[in-house]
Amino acid sequence: MSVLELANISKHFGAIQAVNDVSFTLEAGEVVGLMGDNGAGKSTLVKMIAGNFRPSHGTMRMDDKELILHKPVEARQHGIEIVHQDLALCNNLTAAANVYLGRELRRGVGPFRILDYAAMYKRAGQIFAELKSETRPRDLVKQMSGGQRQAVAIARTMLSQAKIVLMDEPTAAISVRQVAEVLNLIRHLRDQGIAVVLISHRMPDVFDVADRVIVMRRGRKVADKKIASSSPEEVTGLITGAIEQVA
Amino acid sequence: MAVTLDQTIAQKQHTFVSRVLSSQTFWVVIAVILACLFLSFATDAFATQKNLYNITRNITFVAIVALGMTFVIITGGIDLSVGSVLCLCSMVLAVTMHAGYSIEVGILASIATALAIGAFNGVLIAYLGFPPFVVTLGMLSVARSLAMVASNNTVVFQFGPDHDKLLALGGGAWVFGIANPVLYMILLALITGFILRWTKFGRHIFAIGGNEHAATLTGVPVRQIKVAVYMISALSAGVAGIIQTGWLGAVTTNLGTGMELQVIAATVIGGANLAGGVGTAFGAIVGAALIEVIRNSLGLLGINAFWQGTFIGGAILLAVLFDRIRNFRRSD
Repeated sequence: MSVLELANISKHFGAIQAVNDVSFTLEAGEVVGLMGDNGAGKSTLVKMIAGNFRPSHGTMRMDDKELILHKPVEARQHGIEIVHQDLALCNNLTAAANVYLGRELRRGVGPFRILDYAAMYKRAGQIFAELKSETRPRDLVKQMSGGQRQAVAIARTMLSQAKIVLMDEPTAAISVRQVAEVLNLIRHLRDQGIAVVLISHRMPDVFDVADRVIVMRRGRKVADKKIASSSPEEVTGLITGAIEQVA
Repeated sequence: MAVTLDQTIAQKQHTFVSRVLSSQTFWVVIAVILACLFLSFATDAFATQKNLYNITRNITFVAIVALGMTFVIITGGIDLSVGSVLCLCSMVLAVTMHAGYSIEVGILASIATALAIGAFNGVLIAYLGFPPFVVTLGMLSVARSLAMVASNNTVVFQFGPDHDKLLALGGGAWVFGIANPVLYMILLALITGFILRWTKFGRHIFAIGGNEHAATLTGVPVRQIKVAVYMISALSAGVAGIIQTGWLGAVTTNLGTGMELQVIAATVIGGANLAGGVGTAFGAIVGAALIEVIRNSLGLLGINAFWQGTFIGGAILLAVLFDRIRNFRRSD
């Protein structure tokens, strides 16, 4: 049974057809690389899964039930987590505050509930340890390195029992050592049975960690195949349009 | 000795002392204390009970509005309408009571006016995407004009049957001879500080100021919170207006003219950042205190009052300069 199924999804903004009739399924515990040139529709597609946009046409099904998302919060409630390309961090807040942003822990009763700093620091610290990241929950994100910032953004997805984690260019702006860390983390998520969608421009990362690759060009899906039966050359051809389409 | 990952994660980078020393608010407090010590020795009039009573009370009106402004500034917004809103709320209170209604009705009408104006500002800014500067600049003009309409541009100094109650509310000193407005200020500062530090709402205000886009993406109700902060700002102006009416015993339509600039100055001196994301309740009070101590001292030292603006302007620049110097050091 697939964890997520997209059927004939399209999205247009006025006259612009950003995503055109895309269908695919996502299985639990698999890593899918989503590739394509700028403007191919990757981000729009992911934003529909994350609840930022509603599809113009087509349906999404999760665990064989129709999935209609109006807001990002609803996607989260269904176990869909996203790591945004710009990481969506607030520099003026601590790492723990960022991890818990929008779902702060509180203690107390009724209307007299206050932020539970201790619990948030503790849990955030545990997650960073799990991620093997030297990130201190009390530090301001302003002072952090690229890898630490990535860890903070990824830690958010581990607060609840996620089924799907969407990662938008997680390895675009970090050092080589940190790329390896992030790829390890992706495997870590996969081993827990989470489906990971990895949007990336970096061919080596996708071929390193993904089980399957989906290629988009001009809003259409032009390939969906196992990594084992594809090659970087073929994928490059599909992205640029040198190869029209493969089954 | 190897340091384990867990130890690194558990490490606190800043001690309490280092945090205090690196805050702008702390240095402004030092400046206020030094100024007070200097004035106590340099003049006979400063450290008298009467003068201290006056200073503390004068701080309150700017400080109370500055508390509300702090919310707005933390979100990265600005509210230029507070001076006019203060005047309008005073006038609504005065006119209502003058017409023979009780003080409760007057205060209720005044608060309702403030909340309505705040909601109007907030909705234009949060839902229709108007720049805060423009919306509140417009409201600065509108509210002042409405105050003139409400009073026909006259001075109101008779407040009907509850006249004395109102004067006692603003002009009395019910506890230990501390002026009532000071008590209100302390209470409101505690509430503000609590909200900013301990509530989800407060946390979200900082998040919006830090990165509004991120706050939206993580599911923070950005629009509702923005409307709320402008309502809080207008409410604080309304509350200050009510207290000031009781203290002055009369309302004119030029009440609170130019006050928005003093209020913004107080918040900025106290450490709030106009770019958003930084600010404290204590800072707002301390900033207001520094401005008032400067004003008071110039009078006592016999310096021409025309110099006031120069000194207050200098204080604003100096306070922010400290902040810049710290940032330069950090970025090296």
